Amino acid sequence: MPIAAQVATRIGEPNTVAMGFFFVFIATTLGITFWAARRTRTTEHFYAAGRSIGPRQNGIALAGDYMSAASFLGIAGLVSTTGFDGLIYSTGWLVGWPIVLFLIAEPLRNLGKYTFADVVALRLQQTPVRLAAAIGTLATVALYLIAQMVGAGSLIKLLFGIPYETAVIIVGVAMIAYVMFGGMLATTWVQIVKAVLLLSGAAILAFLVLLKFGLNPAALFGAAAAKYGDGVLAPGKLVSKPLDAISLGMALMFGTAGLPHILMRFYTVPDAAAARRSVFYATGLIGTFYLMTFILGFGAMVLVGPEVIKSVEPGGNMAAPLLAELLGGTPFLGFISAVAFATILAVVAGLTLSGAAALSHDLWVSVVRKQHASAAEQLAVARIATIGLGIVGVVLGISFKGQNVAFMVGLAFAIAASANFPALLMSIFWRRFTTAGAVSSMLVGTTLTLVLIYLSPTVQVDLLHHGSAWFPLKNPALVSMPVSFLTGIVMSLLRPNQAEATGFAEIERRVHMGVATGADPAA
Amino acid sequence: MPLSPSHAERLRTLAGTQWRIAVALTATMIAIYFGFILLIAFAKPLMGHLIVPGLSVGILLGALVIVCSWTLTWVYVRWANTYYDAELDRLRK
Repeated sequence: MPIAAQVATRIGEPNTVAMGFFFVFIATTLGITFWAARRTRTTEHFYAAGRSIGPRQNGIALAGDYMSAASFLGIAGLVSTTGFDGLIYSTGWLVGWPIVLFLIAEPLRNLGKYTFADVVALRLQQTPVRLAAAIGTLATVALYLIAQMVGAGSLIKLLFGIPYETAVIIVGVAMIAYVMFGGMLATTWVQIVKAVLLLSGAAILAFLVLLKFGLNPAALFGAAAAKYGDGVLAPGKLVSKPLDAISLGMALMFGTAGLPHILMRFYTVPDAAAARRSVFYATGLIGTFYLMTFILGFGAMVLVGPEVIKSVEPGGNMAAPLLAELLGGTPFLGFISAVAFATILAVVAGLTLSGAAALSHDLWVSVVRKQHASAAEQLAVARIATIGLGIVGVVLGISFKGQNVAFMVGLAFAIAASANFPALLMSIFWRRFTTAGAVSSMLVGTTLTLVLIYLSPTVQVDLLHHGSAWFPLKNPALVSMPVSFLTGIVMSLLRPNQAEATGFAEIERRVHMGVATGADPAA
Repeated sequence: MPLSPSHAERLRTLAGTQWRIAVALTATMIAIYFGFILLIAFAKPLMGHLIVPGLSVGILLGALVIVCSWTLTWVYVRWANTYYDAELDRLRK
């Protein structure tokens, strides 16, 4: 490897410690899957872990579902190469969680069964609403999945020295195994194991960094400023256009409240109070994690150096692993590499499960079979959908090899904020919301986001190398989310529906009271 | 299970309170985060000002955005765990 010639690093070479940790992780999670498979007999187990997950466990699992390798490696890399600008992301990824708590978590748990479409369709027409919601869900899941798969392939190639395609296939096979056999119960525990590994790995790394600076973060930041100028502690050119920053901020803040794999987790707890508590734990853990990225990023800047980080990988993604190698040698690099792999694996498992729920619960059971599918059929379809999605994920991951897909996570958040969040919010809180409003809002939200991202500088300039772009913003949420809300409102007012408005009385009651224990929420 | 009229009235009051608290906290969170973003966009010198060596206003405010997110969720969960849940329990009886 040419890298090793310039920089003393073992990144890119097969790492036995990394392999060892990784096999322990795979063995543990497959053991969990085997245990969970024997408890996964109904759709309620498959999609919602039998509603048996405690609030603390669900909080940790939410953190596991949410903290992707992009946040761990990407933000640490961004901070290490740009300083303060990277921190803008650290805060942006957290601020959606309070919104989830205040507006979404409890109503979702009280109104729905397995997917967010359950809530939107509750008093509206099943077929069109479920179709539109499934399109929004699958678009979000597909984009997120591509980004994770491509990230997985390149990172694992770099960290473990195994070929890209092999890495993508390993990820695909493992995620199919977790989800298909172990359903939500296995997926939840994979998230918990991953979250504990990621948080402890990041904490040990941050602690080792701070030891060098007398446990004083300001001393660390000061050392960065002394070496690279006070500019690294101030906003730089990342936010040269305020509207870009606001648009991205909107996607991150409201997209979190529309991510299907996150929303689905609220069905795994016994009641709304547990859903509420789980967001509290998740916000605490995720916030702690992003505060640690401040330390990891500046630590890598001072101790490793931006030039070295970029020479190993131009995107800066190797900042945290390089820092680990510097402070803990090859074994610690191996541990952090295995943690990164586990992180990706857990996130794709959560995504696949939510995609499978949209395909089987929303499309097959509600649209195709009009609620007349037997329990055994529902479970079989969910498992087939899992395999299908896993294969599609692997194929997409391999076909997007070498492409710059970092923007796809931002795009997934933009679709979640523009297609899923507005319809969900209006269906819970607005009496006069109608089927026409819901369907048009979700479809306009999805298509407008996709069209605007195609016309944006992200695709036109960065990807297609055109001189300029039709649409000025890199992330479309600033336009697409308000337009989606407006479409929903205008269409509901133009096509009022008395029966649907009457049905709202029951929603108003159930948002707070829930359904009586034992009753079928979809009935 | 249909609610009696007095129950329905009490649920409406509770729902109103819950809605006002949720909206107020949401608005506060939006104001804090977008305030931070606008300061980054339009007050770069202020954000780069060093309070003590090594600690700029921007880094401090960034950390405070995270701390504020925690505080707001804590405020809501605290209210809901004590008042809201107890009131719902009384209504369910």
